[in-house]
Amino acid sequence: MRIDARELHYRELNRQIREAVAGGETRFELANVNGQRYIGDGIQGEKVQIDIEGVPGNDLGAFMDGPTVRVRGNAQDAVANTMNAGRIVVEGRAGDVLGYGMRGGELFVRGKVGYRVGIHMKAYRGRMPVVVAGGTAGDFLGEYMAGGMLVVLGLERQDGEPLIGDWCGTGMHGGVIYVRGEVDPRLVASKFASMGPAEEKDREDMRPHVEAFCETFSLDVEEALAGAFVRMAAISHRPYGAKYAV
Amino acid sequence: MGSSSPGREGIGRPGEGARASARPRRVPAYRRSAEFRWTHDAERCARCKRCVQQCGFKALSWEDGPVVDPDKCVGCHRCETFCPQEAIAVVPNVQHYRPHPLWGQAHRQNVYLQAETGGVLLTGMGNDLPYPILWDHLLLDACQVTNPSIDPLREPMELRSYLGRIPDKVEVKMKDGRPEPATEMGPVLQVETPIIFAAMSYGSISLNAQKAIAMAAAECGTLWNTGEGGLHEELKPYADRAFVQCASGRFGVHADYLNAGAAIEIKIGQGAKPGIGGHLPGEKVSAAVSETRMIPVGSDALSPAPQHDIYSIEDLKQLIFALKEATNYEKPVSVKIAAVHNVAAIASGIVRAGADMVYLDGFRGGTGAAPTIIRDHLGIPIEIAIAVVDQQLREEGIRNRASIVAAGGIRSSADAAKAIALGADAVAVGTAALLALGCTLCQKCYTGKCSWGITTQDPRLTRRLDPYVGSKRVANLVRGWSAELEEILGAMGVNAVESLRGSRERLRAVGLDKTTLEILGVKPAGVGA
Repeated sequence: MRIDARELHYRELNRQIREAVAGGETRFELANVNGQRYIGDGIQGEKVQIDIEGVPGNDLGAFMDGPTVRVRGNAQDAVANTMNAGRIVVEGRAGDVLGYGMRGGELFVRGKVGYRVGIHMKAYRGRMPVVVAGGTAGDFLGEYMAGGMLVVLGLERQDGEPLIGDWCGTGMHGGVIYVRGEVDPRLVASKFASMGPAEEKDREDMRPHVEAFCETFSLDVEEALAGAFVRMAAISHRPYGAKYAV
Repeated sequence: MGSSSPGREGIGRPGEGARASARPRRVPAYRRSAEFRWTHDAERCARCKRCVQQCGFKALSWEDGPVVDPDKCVGCHRCETFCPQEAIAVVPNVQHYRPHPLWGQAHRQNVYLQAETGGVLLTGMGNDLPYPILWDHLLLDACQVTNPSIDPLREPMELRSYLGRIPDKVEVKMKDGRPEPATEMGPVLQVETPIIFAAMSYGSISLNAQKAIAMAAAECGTLWNTGEGGLHEELKPYADRAFVQCASGRFGVHADYLNAGAAIEIKIGQGAKPGIGGHLPGEKVSAAVSETRMIPVGSDALSPAPQHDIYSIEDLKQLIFALKEATNYEKPVSVKIAAVHNVAAIASGIVRAGADMVYLDGFRGGTGAAPTIIRDHLGIPIEIAIAVVDQQLREEGIRNRASIVAAGGIRSSADAAKAIALGADAVAVGTAALLALGCTLCQKCYTGKCSWGITTQDPRLTRRLDPYVGSKRVANLVRGWSAELEEILGAMGVNAVESLRGSRERLRAVGLDKTTLEILGVKPAGVGA
């Protein structure tokens, strides 16, 4: 199903998608998307594929449970908010607060990602959310992270451009963050997250996700995995355990 | 009773009566006293050991008779209640330090405890400091002679209420010569009484406790609230009367959950702990709690204090509409905030952001766990919050766009009636519902050891609370309060709770200063119409 989103309010666009999904439609091509919010919001079903030409607005794939979304352009803020399952692929850059409270599925962003990415991501049973950013990430990466995996590849980086921003891993109590290259320890919240070199086991854990990422964007996986990675992980699953007088 | 009973030979220190059965305490370098004095009449004791079995805090053990560890007794009175011989009395332990008006007992004890631990003091339930209670300074009007009162026994009384958005105007179009509404009506919730239940998550309370409340809500035609703990499988049959909560931890929040509820609530804040998040300690995250919250067993369930995708009213609007989109605009959205200094402006923003309900939680609201210092010193009274929010929304001409639900220290139907007269559409009760289930306000919810099976996940304790029996008690409470509301309405000469809403003219105040009267919009007693 092809929908021309030009001058279409998000409410109307999303209504059409919801009704078509309820009617059994699984393939969507959205043309001329220009800032419409909430595309894919709450949509369930692994067979649903949404192809977006243009720039979708905030909360792309919020509460989404299964579909695959591909954005042929940049995405804005709050992509994959509280997403349960599915895959979101962004061919350009994406904004702030990506993957907030994400519980499962994958978010692949070809370029840079903004601030507050992966806050309170959590793993549960078979579900493990994965966010892979091809470029660099901003401040507050993986704050309050409770599970899942964040990978920052730093591809096509300018000389001297930092891989991640300040306050990485504040409040982190689960999950793992991998960054390709060297990270200034001052950027990492050492009270919550430990940082060290990624070992062979880490590369094994990361590999299938980076492979999927590279396949998606036709990139060379060996190039993406070349060089050393650092690993950030929670020091405690109970970061507030010792705070109280009992 | 204790002093009249002889100490049993060979246990404890001789000659101390009831204290004779006390186990020697670990003696620290400072003097921190037990909060309660557990006394036991050995002559009456049937030696059934029930007291030992009943104590959730393991304060009692049996050594040829009950032995108390005074440091562990929290004064919940479970043992006393279940002693078949009435041989037990738990009384506050009166200290004989030199009295001091500034340095009361609690302050001194807290300093001793913090000197030992260096930690943040924790507590449960609502603020227990003697701040003025404005409900007790407000009185309701009644009819005499010139405006006849109504007897609810012989005339119908309308408590049914609707929560949600009312359109700014209703347009009517003619179709085939007949009028029909042209305005799109949003979803509204129908409740048979303006008393709903406050958010208490599975995790903070036991499944049996939550089930009792959910069943009572179904029985009374009112609403309950999942809190931020997800929706347990066994509670799905009651979901059509539930607010499903979405807060900063997003625990258990997924598309099915959002669509299962009657309404969705975004929790920004809580009256007992404004501005701070929640930490369900890992030891309370059992297999079942983990499943409902959708997090691993044993890991801390941290709800960060703000939601880090909401830093502004615009961000809040984004989440409100993300939730509406996810549920096809079929569920009204409530936003819960703690009553704080700027509550009126914040509530206005919430309503303009598209919320269908604003849930105001006053500073006396309860909690499963909060730092004592936060619970006792942050926020403002709910009475003030209702008045200023209602006033602000009226002045802006947007009062119709959202219902106001008021909570945080509603103790009786009279408090509920006064809240409604001040401008609330409904009140929410948490503590009162827990009292109906047996809670004695010992304030130790955060320990997870509740002897009454309410705020614990220990199966040995939770099985004490029969959800069916509990639901009948909670439903009785709602019925009793509702019947009293009808009596109040009748005495005031109105036959519908709608006629009382925002009718501050029917309130009078005693003992309040001029500024407070102006803020409340209430006249002092003695001033006529």
